[in-house]
Amino acid sequence: MSNMIATRESYGNALCELGKINDKIVVFDADLSGSTKTAVFKKAFPERHFNAGIAEMNMAGMAAGMAACGKIPFISTFAVFGTGRIYDAVRNAICYPKLNVKLAMTHAGLTVGEDGATHQMLEDVALMTALPNMTVIVPADDTEAKQVVYAAAEVDGPVYMRFGRGKTEVIFDENYKFEVGKANVLTEGSDIAIFACGIMVAKALKACEELKKEGINASVVNVATIKPLDEKTVIEVAGKCGCAVTCEEHSVYGGLYSVISQCLAGNKPVPVKAVAVNDTFGESGKPDELLEKYGLTVENIISKAKEAIAMK
Amino acid sequence: MNLKEIASNVRVNIINQTADAQSGHPGGSLSGVEILTLLQFEVMNIPSYDDPDRDRFVLSKGHASPLLYGVLEQKGVLTKEDLKTFRKINTHLQGHPDMNKVTGVDMTAGSLGLGICAAVGMALAGKLDKKDYRVYSLLGDGEIQEGTVWEAFMSAAHYDLDNLCVIIDNNGLQIDGKVSDVMSPYPIKEKMEAFGFNAVEVDGHSFEELRAAFENAKNTKGRPTAIIAHTVKGKGVSFMENNASWHGSAPNEEQRIQAIKEIMEGSNE
Ligand SMILES: Cc1ncc(C[n+]2csc(CCOP(=O)(O)OP(=O)(O)O)c2C)c(N)n1
Ligand SMILES: [Mg+2]
Repeated sequence: MSNMIATRESYGNALCELGKINDKIVVFDADLSGSTKTAVFKKAFPERHFNAGIAEMNMAGMAAGMAACGKIPFISTFAVFGTGRIYDAVRNAICYPKLNVKLAMTHAGLTVGEDGATHQMLEDVALMTALPNMTVIVPADDTEAKQVVYAAAEVDGPVYMRFGRGKTEVIFDENYKFEVGKANVLTEGSDIAIFACGIMVAKALKACEELKKEGINASVVNVATIKPLDEKTVIEVAGKCGCAVTCEEHSVYGGLYSVISQCLAGNKPVPVKAVAVNDTFGESGKPDELLEKYGLTVENIISKAKEAIAMK
Repeated sequence: MNLKEIASNVRVNIINQTADAQSGHPGGSLSGVEILTLLQFEVMNIPSYDDPDRDRFVLSKGHASPLLYGVLEQKGVLTKEDLKTFRKINTHLQGHPDMNKVTGVDMTAGSLGLGICAAVGMALAGKLDKKDYRVYSLLGDGEIQEGTVWEAFMSAAHYDLDNLCVIIDNNGLQIDGKVSDVMSPYPIKEKMEAFGFNAVEVDGHSFEELRAAFENAKNTKGRPTAIIAHTVKGKGVSFMENNASWHGSAPNEEQRIQAIKEIMEGSNE
C-alpha cells in the first residue's frame, strides 16, 4: 500500500513550519480549525491565530486589513464557504487591491462525502480563476501540497489553494519540485495528452498505465497551477499529441477543462475531452461511491482518451 | 403517546441515523429535540405538509438533519427504513435537508446563516398573501455569528413580522469549543431586543416553558419573537452532553447501545 495523506494535513503541518521561519504569517479560521488543520498552527502560535467564528465574510475582510498592515494572512474554512460565501470580499477587498491574503481552503469537491451537495464545492476554481490578480493552485498530493504552502507565501498577492478532505495517495518523492506557474510533465507519450490536477493526477497516471497495455502512449501533465497557466507546456504537449483529455474534481465549467480548452483554442486547436462533474450538484455518499457515480474514474479517463484520439 | 415519549423516540432516531451512517451531527440534533417535537406535534398548524396554508419550519442549522428526519419519522412522514439510508448514496435523506427530496422539509439548508433569511421571506410572503400561517426557524448559537442572521433579524423587525418566531438553540457550543470563547454572541436577549424583537429566555428542554413561550409569540403583535432556548448539547446521552467533540462525530456500536439505553432510562424517569 502506498502512503496516503489528506492534503489538508499537509497544509496544516507546512503552515506551522512556515510560521516558525516567517513571523509575518497570521492565520484565520472560521470555527473549523480542527478540520482545516490550522489548529496545528494555533497550538504553536496561539497569538497569531484568530478564530473569526462562523463569520467567513468578516474573516476575509479582517485578513485584508491585516495584509494592508504588512502581515501575510492565511485564511481557512471549507472551500464552499471560503470562495462562495466570501466572494465579494475576495474580489473587492483582496484581489482588486492586490492584498497579500492566502486563501487555503479545504474539503473541496465530491470527496467531502456524506455532508452532501451543500458542502461539496465544485465551482471554486471557476470563481477564483475569474478574478484578476489571483493565483490558483490545486496540489495533487502531500509532497506537492507542502511545497505549495511555502510557495504561496512567496507570491506577492492573493493565492487560492485547494485542499481535500480525504486521504490521497502520495505520488511524488522528495525530488519533486513544485513551481508556481509551471506544469509538470510526468510521463512522455505522443498519442494523447492527459492534463490533470488534484486527486485526479493519481488516476491519470493509472489510466496512462492501462492505455500503455493497449499500445496507447500518453503524456500525463500535472497542472497544479491553474492560473497563471503554463501555456508553453500545455501547447507543446497537446501539439505533440494532437488531442487531449482534462481531469478534475470540479465542474466542467470554469476549471481545468475551461482553461486548457481556452488556451488550446487560441493557440493550437486540437480536440479536448473532459473528465469533470457535468454541470450538476453532488450528493451524500462515500467519496469513492461519488467519484464512481459522477465519472471521476480511471475507466472514464481511458474512454475519454480514446474518444479524443478518434477525433484526431 | 405523550410528548416525552415522542422526544425519547426522536433521540433514539438521532442516535440510530448517525450510527448507521457513521457520519452526521448528534450533539446539536439532541439539543433541539424538545423544541422541534413540541413545535411539530402541538404548536404548529400542519393539516398536511403540502397545504399552502400550513405553518412553515426552517431548520437554519441544517446540520441537525437527524433531528428533523427523526421528528418526521414520528409524524409518520418517513419510515425507520428511510432513516437507515441517511447520508448514504442515492438517498433522499441528504446530509443536510433538501426540500425537493423530503416532504416536511420546507427549506433546503446546510450553509449556516441562510435559512433564517428564507424564513423571513416566507413570513413576508404570508403577509403579502394575507395568510395566517406562521413561520418558525431554529438557529444555532454559533450560527448567529453570521452577519446574514442579523440582516435577517433587522428585516423581520422592519417588516413587523409577528408571524415569525425564531428559536435560538443556545447550547453554548460550536465546533471549535464554547461560543463564548470562539466568538461571543452574548448578550443575545438584549441584542434581539435592540433589533426590535420580543425576546424570551426559556429552558429549552422544558415543554411547559417552551409552550408558554410559543403562546407568548402567537399573542405578540407587530413584531417578531425570539425564543432563546437554554439547552444542553448532546442532551440525554451522558457522554455526549456538553462535549463539543460530539458535534459532528458518530457513535460506534458500543456507544449506540449505551446511548439508547440511557435515553430509554431517561424517558421512564
Ligand atoms: C456558512 C457555514 N460555515 C461553516 C459551516 C460548518 N459548520 C457546520 S455546523 C457548525 C457549528 C455550528 O454551531 P452551532 O450553530 O452552535 O450549532 P449547534 O451547536 O446547535 O450544533 C459549523 C461551523 C457551515 N455549515 N456553514
Ligand atoms: Mg451551539
